[in-house]
Amino acid sequence: MVKWIDRDATDEDVVVSTRIRIARNLRNYKFPQRMSIQEAESITQEILNVMKDLPAGVNYKFYKINSLSPVERIAYIEEHLISPGLINRPDFSSFLLKDDETATIMINEEDHLRVQVLYPGLNFEKAWESINEIDNFLESKLDYAYHDKFGYLTACPTNVGTGIRASVMLHLPALSIIGQVDGLIRGFQKIGLAVRGLYGEGTKAYGDLYQISNQTTLGEEEEEIIKRLKGIIYQTINKERDVRHNLLSSRKYEIEDKIFRSYGILKYTRKISSKEAMQHLSNVRLGIEMGIIKDVGFKELEKITIGIQPGSIQKYANKDLDNSERDIMRAKYIRERL
Amino acid sequence: MLCQVCKKNEATVHYTKIVNGDIEELHLCEQCAMNKEMEFDSTFSFHKLLSGLIDNIQEEVPFRQVKTLKCPFCGMDYEQFKKVGKFGCAQCYETFKPNLNPILKSIHGHDRHIGKVPLRANKQVAKMKKLEKMKEKLKEHVAKEEYEQAAILRDKIKELEQELEKGVQ
Ligand SMILES: [Zn+2]
Ligand SMILES: [Zn+2]
Repeated sequence: MVKWIDRDATDEDVVVSTRIRIARNLRNYKFPQRMSIQEAESITQEILNVMKDLPAGVNYKFYKINSLSPVERIAYIEEHLISPGLINRPDFSSFLLKDDETATIMINEEDHLRVQVLYPGLNFEKAWESINEIDNFLESKLDYAYHDKFGYLTACPTNVGTGIRASVMLHLPALSIIGQVDGLIRGFQKIGLAVRGLYGEGTKAYGDLYQISNQTTLGEEEEEIIKRLKGIIYQTINKERDVRHNLLSSRKYEIEDKIFRSYGILKYTRKISSKEAMQHLSNVRLGIEMGIIKDVGFKELEKITIGIQPGSIQKYANKDLDNSERDIMRAKYIRERL
Repeated sequence: MLCQVCKKNEATVHYTKIVNGDIEELHLCEQCAMNKEMEFDSTFSFHKLLSGLIDNIQEEVPFRQVKTLKCPFCGMDYEQFKKVGKFGCAQCYETFKPNLNPILKSIHGHDRHIGKVPLRANKQVAKMKKLEKMKEKLKEHVAKEEYEQAAILRDKIKELEQELEKGVQ
């Protein structure tokens, strides 16, 4: 369960995870939206054949969406291992998951191939190195749709060129407390970065978690795109740390009280919605980040954050639960871990 | 099953989505699905936005012939592309190329890729350079009336040209 979190990491006090994904297509097939189920199958076979030639010691496991239960599908999304778009057409889509969960090769999402790498904390160097390696391997065996002028061709013109989306998940509770997050988001958008909530497009930010990524993919080199994003992220990290520091000196008791109240609620709750749990988990995470709570670590907290999501909690219960049953199971799950 | 919104028509569109941490299931008729989609999925509204953008550009740039363009590989025409805001295949890029630059410029601020190049494409470029050199050499041979060498080279050029032909598309 959520193995990717266990890797060594830096800057985990603000950065939950670093992710890079690239979009690639094969030349001789229509894009997934316009292809038949037979074409979807033959492309899947072609990619699976290529994966047989992986170097020794690199292992991926293959999953077809239509062979997973609805709850399992959603749990994979909650664990950030696949994108929400992958489960829209279960008979077309599948994915290959690396055994340490740091890489996923998604087949027939919006594009034929969506490769993602995922690391805890801030780690663009490793992420870029790994995804480049996977891309080079696939490219040596597959005929990518590539255009001299437009670069890697993608179904949506917003991804064309490099096809790269580099993103980080940031925890910004202090900036949120002093009401600066909205301004920050507007600033990000002005310089061409996208800001989303925990589970990507269309989801609201909650638990003070924000996903920041590059918006444009054409006309800039990949390293340049990453470098620019990284620069902004460093500034944001420093700002969040400064505000935490100031809060701790100016509003010590208020902040400690907020953190320990949340800790108390999570330790003793008997029934809790995911929204409420997320807010308290955010406060507890802030406690860990500020060194106020010492008996829980970042990784354990991140695992709880994922584990309490609606799909994961039902997977944990090993049965379908209605809203109210989920809230009871969620409380139990959290109590057992804090 | 009846549509959850109008409660009149048969529900034919089914969604499962995570909204603010809860799984939401929605069963709608075609009509209500169309109405709902805007608020339900920001990805969708983004594409509405995008196709709006494409519309505006279309008006600014008088490419009359573009309207009748149709992709020979996937069958998508420009009207369809405008509607969905997505291409049907790699060939579409070539098909709609006359109108693509302003669209890409308004999305990305650029219209030319300068990033990673697949090794295969690199090989292609190398071959093209080699071809140019061979053609120059051929001219030299002909100028010097070295017809035997010229004939050999001409065959090699033909071979390479065929290779390139196959490689590109
Ligand atoms: Zn209806
Ligand atoms: Zn096409």
